[in-house]
Parts: sequence; C-alpha cells; structure tokens
Amino acid sequence: MAAQIKYADVEVGAELPAASFPVTRATLVQYAGASGDFNPIHWNEKFAKEVGLPDVIAHGMFTMAEAIRVVTDWAGDPGAVVEYGVRFTKPVVVPNDGLGGLIEVTAKVAAKLDDNRVRVDLTAMSAGQKVLGMSRAVVALA
Amino acid sequence: MALDQSFVGRSYPPTDPYEVGREKIREFADAVGDTNPVYTDPEAAKAYGHSDVIAPPTFVFAITFKAAGQVVADPQLGLDYSRVVHGDQKFAYSRPVRAGDRLSVTSTIEAVKSLAGNDIIDIRGEVHDETGEHVVTAWTKLVSRAPEEA
Repeated sequence: MAAQIKYADVEVGAELPAASFPVTRATLVQYAGASGDFNPIHWNEKFAKEVGLPDVIAHGMFTMAEAIRVVTDWAGDPGAVVEYGVRFTKPVVVPNDGLGGLIEVTAKVAAKLDDNRVRVDLTAMSAGQKVLGMSRAVVALA
Repeated sequence: MALDQSFVGRSYPPTDPYEVGREKIREFADAVGDTNPVYTDPEAAKAYGHSDVIAPPTFVFAITFKAAGQVVADPQLGLDYSRVVHGDQKFAYSRPVRAGDRLSVTSTIEAVKSLAGNDIIDIRGEVHDETGEHVVTAWTKLVSRAPEEA
C-alpha cells in the first residue's frame, strides 16, 4: 500500500484535517440505490415517525463512509486503511427543509503501532450529538 | 424473545461469488461524494500499486450484509428483523476490494445475547476472492429492540 504520509513524520495527538459532509434526502436516495439498502426509515418520513424516529435518518453506513474520508484523504491511498470500526450511537437526522443534516468529522492520531501503522480515532458529530462512538481506524503509513 | 444460545458458532455456506464492477464502485463513490480518483481511474489506482480501481473501505458492507441476510432470515433463529438496528460495524482488511474481484462471504454467528429485552447478535463475515485469498473480515452487531410497552 502506498500511503503518502510517512510514519516517522507523524506524532501522537496530531490532528488530521477535519471535514464536514452535508446530507440531504436526495443524498440518502442516491446512497440507498448505490448500497442496496432500501430501508424506508432512510427515505419515508411517515414510516420513520411511525417507528418512533424523529424524522428520516441517514444510513449508519453512509455516516461510516463519510467519516473515513478524513483518513483516506489524509493517507492518500484508501488501500492504506487496514482496520476500521464504529459504533452507531445516535442517528443523523435529515429533515426535508432544503438543508438536510451535516456530519462533522474530526480525527487525531491516537497511537503509533508496529509495522508503520498508526491508530486514528475519529469523532463524528451531527446537530451537536456524537453519532459515532468507538470510531477507530488503523492505517499503514509509508 | 430471547434467542437460542445454541446458534453461537454456527456458520452458513459460502455465498455465490459477487463480481465487483468498476461502474458499481464509481456509483458508490459518487453516492458518498468521494472524488478520490483511485476509485474511478485505473491509472490513478496503479500509481498506488493497485491492479485496478479499488472500492471505498465500506463498499464491501453491501456484500457482507446481504450474506448476513441468511442469518437474519433463518426462521430457526427467530430474529425480529422489523425491529433491528445496526449497533456496531468493523472491518479488517488483508487488501482493498478491487474491480474484477469475485467475492464470496462465509457468515458465522459469533455471539447471541439478550440485554434488557433487546436481542443482540454478532455476525462475522469472512470475504475471500476466487483464488481463496482472504480480502476482508466484516463484524456486524445487530440489535433487535424490545417491543415498547403498550
């Protein structure tokens, strides 16, 4: 794998460039089609409310896909990601107000491991709530 | 309803191969808004040492979750899928998924628990290519929420 960041240049505690990812109803319909996940809680407001949700919510896997972009954009080669895990703690609510929701992702180097690998801890927030917990990636650096 | 503990360790037969196409990867990358050329341009992928375009890290979930459907829909297990939410998800990669891969998934039930009326099931999906090489392992925790009190 060909990460562009050198292990020797990375220090524990270093922040990766943060990023924010908007998500609208159209985004969710497109993601449903691309991923094959057509659960109506991700596109049908009436259904979502009937099952006790505040509104349509984003696919957890959509949020997971956005969060790792902070790591892959930093590393250069997405193939450098050797582990990635999250816990889905709160939903990303996507109102039909023309704005939708926003997923805000920050990340920092939490540990330097063997074999030029580092552990990156991610934080993903939406509407002031932590939407991913235990969100960690292991990345093989140059 | 508490799930049957005897299902822990049960494995399901490998799935028929899923062939990963360049255009499916492009569609997925577009859907998550990721413009990294390694997902769409074979030359950009080769510059990083990949033989063809690779897929974003979470792409393979579509394949492993479909395979996990064997478990979820197993009538003997009795999981109430209408109340299922996704709890945790983890991947460990031997290499990235790439266009041209023919991937087969073997699903195993790792754990079955009941907590406060919620049924919790951990499913491990081992993904291999057609040569038998390990590509990625996906761990999926599903939680079937307890019915609300009437």
